[in-house]
Amino acid sequence: MLAFLFRRIGQSVLVMAAMATLVFLGVYALGNPIDILVSPEADQIEREQAIARLGLDRPLWVQFLVFVKSALAGDLGRSFVHGLPAIDLILSRMPATLELAFVALVIAIALGLPLGMIAGLSPRSLVGRGIMAGSILGFSLPNFWLGLMLILAFAVELKVLPAGGRGQTRELLGLQWSFFTADGLRHLLLPALTLAIYKASLVARLASAATRETLVQDFVRFARAKGLTPARIVGVHVLKTILIPLVTVIGLEFGSMIAFAVVTETVFAWPGMGKLLIDSIYRLDRPVIVAYLIVIVATFVVINLVVDVVYSLLDPRIRLSERKT
Amino acid sequence: MRGARSVAVAALAALWAAAAGAQELRIGLSAEPSSMDPHFHNLTPNNSLLKHIYDRLIEQDENQRLKPALALSWKAVDDATWEFKLRPGVKFTDGSDFTANDVIYTFCRVPKVENSPSSFVINVRAVIGVSAPDPHTLILKTAQPHPLLPTELSNVAILSAKANGAGQVVFDRKECQNAGSFPKTEAFNSGQAAIGTGPYKLVRFTKGDRIIFERNDAYWGGKQPWERVVFRPITSAGPRVAALLSGDVDLIENVPIQDLPRIKSNPAFKVVQGLSNRIVYLHFDYIDDQPPGVEGTNGKNPFRDKRVREAISKAIDREAIVSRIMGGVAMAAGEMLPPTMFGANKDATAPKVDIEGAKKLLAEAGYANGFSLVLGTPNDRYVNDAMIAQAVAQMLTRVGLKVSVDAMTSSQFFARRNKRDFGLWLAGWGADSGDMSSPLKALLATPNRDKGMGTTNPGGYSNPKVDALLEQALATVDDEKRAALFAQASKAAMEDYGAVPLHFEMTTWAFKKDLTYTPRTDQNTLAMAVKPAP
Repeated sequence: MLAFLFRRIGQSVLVMAAMATLVFLGVYALGNPIDILVSPEADQIEREQAIARLGLDRPLWVQFLVFVKSALAGDLGRSFVHGLPAIDLILSRMPATLELAFVALVIAIALGLPLGMIAGLSPRSLVGRGIMAGSILGFSLPNFWLGLMLILAFAVELKVLPAGGRGQTRELLGLQWSFFTADGLRHLLLPALTLAIYKASLVARLASAATRETLVQDFVRFARAKGLTPARIVGVHVLKTILIPLVTVIGLEFGSMIAFAVVTETVFAWPGMGKLLIDSIYRLDRPVIVAYLIVIVATFVVINLVVDVVYSLLDPRIRLSERKT
Repeated sequence: MRGARSVAVAALAALWAAAAGAQELRIGLSAEPSSMDPHFHNLTPNNSLLKHIYDRLIEQDENQRLKPALALSWKAVDDATWEFKLRPGVKFTDGSDFTANDVIYTFCRVPKVENSPSSFVINVRAVIGVSAPDPHTLILKTAQPHPLLPTELSNVAILSAKANGAGQVVFDRKECQNAGSFPKTEAFNSGQAAIGTGPYKLVRFTKGDRIIFERNDAYWGGKQPWERVVFRPITSAGPRVAALLSGDVDLIENVPIQDLPRIKSNPAFKVVQGLSNRIVYLHFDYIDDQPPGVEGTNGKNPFRDKRVREAISKAIDREAIVSRIMGGVAMAAGEMLPPTMFGANKDATAPKVDIEGAKKLLAEAGYANGFSLVLGTPNDRYVNDAMIAQAVAQMLTRVGLKVSVDAMTSSQFFARRNKRDFGLWLAGWGADSGDMSSPLKALLATPNRDKGMGTTNPGGYSNPKVDALLEQALATVDDEKRAALFAQASKAAMEDYGAVPLHFEMTTWAFKKDLTYTPRTDQNTLAMAVKPAP
């Protein structure tokens, strides 16, 4: 277990270092942030001074060495645009993204798992086919379009939900969360639904396939022969078995929802990390872009670890140390 | 059951509306301010928003003409000395009185902002001495005659010396005395240092989400109609319109042209539009012998020939661009500053399209068979910018030039333009100062680092007549004479086709029908300009 953890962490550090280097050089190649940041009215002297204040006057390799040195000391630099430590900016946006991804995940599982199991239990029935056809639709709708349609329907036409933004928040553990207020939940619903529909389709399809595979296995037949109720067979034995592949996929999808909810956050003006990333790319705010991707890699590493642990809990045959990753 | 539920929903919605209240104003912004520190980032989204919290000595009205704010009056005592009479009885939101000491403190703090991506130093650099004979009189010294000083000061927000822990400050260009340690940008963002004399007070600034103001009841300029103002940055255009239509916000800025008919046809909303100070123009590379993208000229730079520039100007049908691409929400331009503003030629009209004339000029210049060139343009910076460039390319093709358009995101575009990666490019310029000095100094003066000239003239346009008239204007303190000199300088540059103006953008605001909004040329969106409809 310990050896496994160390190997994992070692690999992740390597990935992070390689990624940070690539992104640093890539953003540098994109353009000079000063062209966007400095007031058009600034004269040449002020322009030079602004470049010096942001440390952009030094050659690339010096800038890179400074970045590496402070990164090793835990400092990922200051945002050019905001003048604040990049990591603080990202962390202050994290709760908004986390709760959005979490609610979306809950909706995706709550919708996808039962629907997928129903479709898997009676694949030839009208309901089963309907669910599978619906999941293809949910799969192929582009995110931004879905978001705009939901806004049009629920905010502009029906006027029952807000069109975007984050609602009222409450503080917990020093961070702002909108879970705990009715207004906050109202604002969460549409963006979470937008994110969830794709994931729910994915979960439904996986669950359906896994259910069909499991139903023909010997232990199900044995359970039936033993006289267990169909509800118990499906609700306990089948469910437990199909959860194993689902957990992996759901875990990774959760990661990608945190990292790449960019489109949804933009459409709903949701003040999460994805919105910060896209704004930062637009303004070539290199420290924020690099720090963001480092945070995301770290998040994926943690999620993968959690998935592996849950895996071993669900299936006692799996030992962590035996899994080569 | 279903009936009961919908009643409950309706009741909730009504409650919601009541809670929002008639005195709350919610505004959807198209760009997000990066800080609550008024000296941190000299860029329109910040400057516009921070006018709610902080005042300036002089402010710009909706046409960017100067008008008294914290200064009641100002005059040039001699060519290099200015006297400002300050408004008595003004209080900061921490309760302290506004005096000349606060202005001196502000002059000291402006150059000392850490990590500032764009500083306000350019607005105070001309000042070499500041003194205060009494608490409500301020004497400013400049090294040379500097008639733009009042204009520049209209961009500098005044901070409180006392609230930031300073004593009686003594001005020195290098290191002021008694100024204490200056507050950091973070302290403004958290609200702790966000103390001004403006019509509103900062309640909360949540990055990416909202900025909340509440009314400053002690404001010297009269009571504001809104108890609370909430600004929400909604940078994507579609969602911003949706936020207005759904009632999430009461007013939005920069309505996309394609959505204008829909909002105008809805009786619940109103739209106003006003001329802005932003010109969209074409500019040339004069420096390279073979400008990038130009081919078929036998190694010559065609843009150095005035006849070629004139032909390009004549080939463009500005009215067609305005009516078809801009949906009428623009004004064809004959020079770089709208005719209503200081130093503009009031009779400058947009050149008429003249295809035969353009062809003739090209033939005279030795390009009867045309040549090929690449037109560089951003595709996300100005209203419909890439579409305008496409139209310009087609119009130039009609007179025999082979034009291809290279459109890209603005961060790429500005970097490449400043490196002279295009022979011909399309860009925009907003005259923040509100007078002709801005486009002339930046776009048409010969680049000169020490004089701060030609800052956005990477193509190196140089016309001694324009330079001489501009320099003369910049040393003329008398307003009327200066305006005339600016107009002459602009005329000289336009007659030489130094740059080709296309049109002035118009700014649009859409809002609920029970409001009114006064359009502003500086494109600012201010709660002070929003009033309940009578």
